[in-house]
Amino acid sequence: MIKRAIEKVGFGEAFLLLAVIGYVVLGIFDFALLRNVLCVLTRLIARIGPVLLIVFVVMFLTNLFFENKSISRFLGKGSGFRGWMVAIAGGIVSSGPIYMWYPLLSDLKEKGMRDSLIATFLYNRAIKIPLLPMMVHYFGWDFTLALSIYMVLFSVVNGVIVQRLTQRGAEG
Amino acid sequence: MVKTRNLNANKQAFFNTTRAFKKSLPILMGVLMLLALADTLIPKQTYRLIFSGNWFFDPLMGAVLGSISGGNALTSYIIGGELRHQGVSMMAITAFIVSWVTVGIIQLPAEAVMLGKRFAIVRNTVSFCTSILIAIVTVLTIGME
Repeated sequence: MIKRAIEKVGFGEAFLLLAVIGYVVLGIFDFALLRNVLCVLTRLIARIGPVLLIVFVVMFLTNLFFENKSISRFLGKGSGFRGWMVAIAGGIVSSGPIYMWYPLLSDLKEKGMRDSLIATFLYNRAIKIPLLPMMVHYFGWDFTLALSIYMVLFSVVNGVIVQRLTQRGAEG
Repeated sequence: MVKTRNLNANKQAFFNTTRAFKKSLPILMGVLMLLALADTLIPKQTYRLIFSGNWFFDPLMGAVLGSISGGNALTSYIIGGELRHQGVSMMAITAFIVSWVTVGIIQLPAEAVMLGKRFAIVRNTVSFCTSILIAIVTVLTIGME
């Protein structure tokens, strides 16, 4: 019955409804706590708003200038070394929370982007250039440098393993 | 005529982008609501109580905690810095910081819907394992305790 209801309204809407129900239940038991949660939520939305706008613009430009064929050439089966470089660099320079990039990646996947490159892109998002000074402050230069280098290396390992385990072969 | 073709292409691109975005918005909103809930309900001090000093158990716990937490990476550095002051091992802290950004249990439903269930599960599992590996090699490389 639940499965049928989810199919009817769509997973996204059902997921959102579940979260709203959670908030309503919390509000019934502890209204002050709900107010705190709503404050955090408002701050969160305000912070990700600009990033969401950037993602929208990038998606629009991708739809406008890149055909499926050219995306496949850059990020698809035959992209080779260039594809890995694009995924690594894209992951490092992209900002904002990881989930903000799902719509764009989903769009690119439909156009032929390999799973390995999506995984590599997502992994490299852990390297935040603007936050590096903060990491240096807390843990020192050697730690920050070593961790960043290993993150890039392991992002490729991660991509290759994901590609193999999603059973589309190493080529993707 | 070229102008009309350009206008049509712009319109089509805008329509496609809006459609993709509309599909994603309910999930993104649900994820944000869960993150706000977790941020408020889980006190920052909880993290300190979990690490015991065990060299095998601590990185594992660090990765588990990082995976179920979420939000700005900066928060993970601040918590990591606090944990360091408390004497928690760097392996645990590194696993925590890496898995905080690379593994997302809260975002898993959204990732599954948009990038495929199998992809989401495999990617998060592999990222969980590599966060522990990265913690080990990083700490061994720089010789931190």
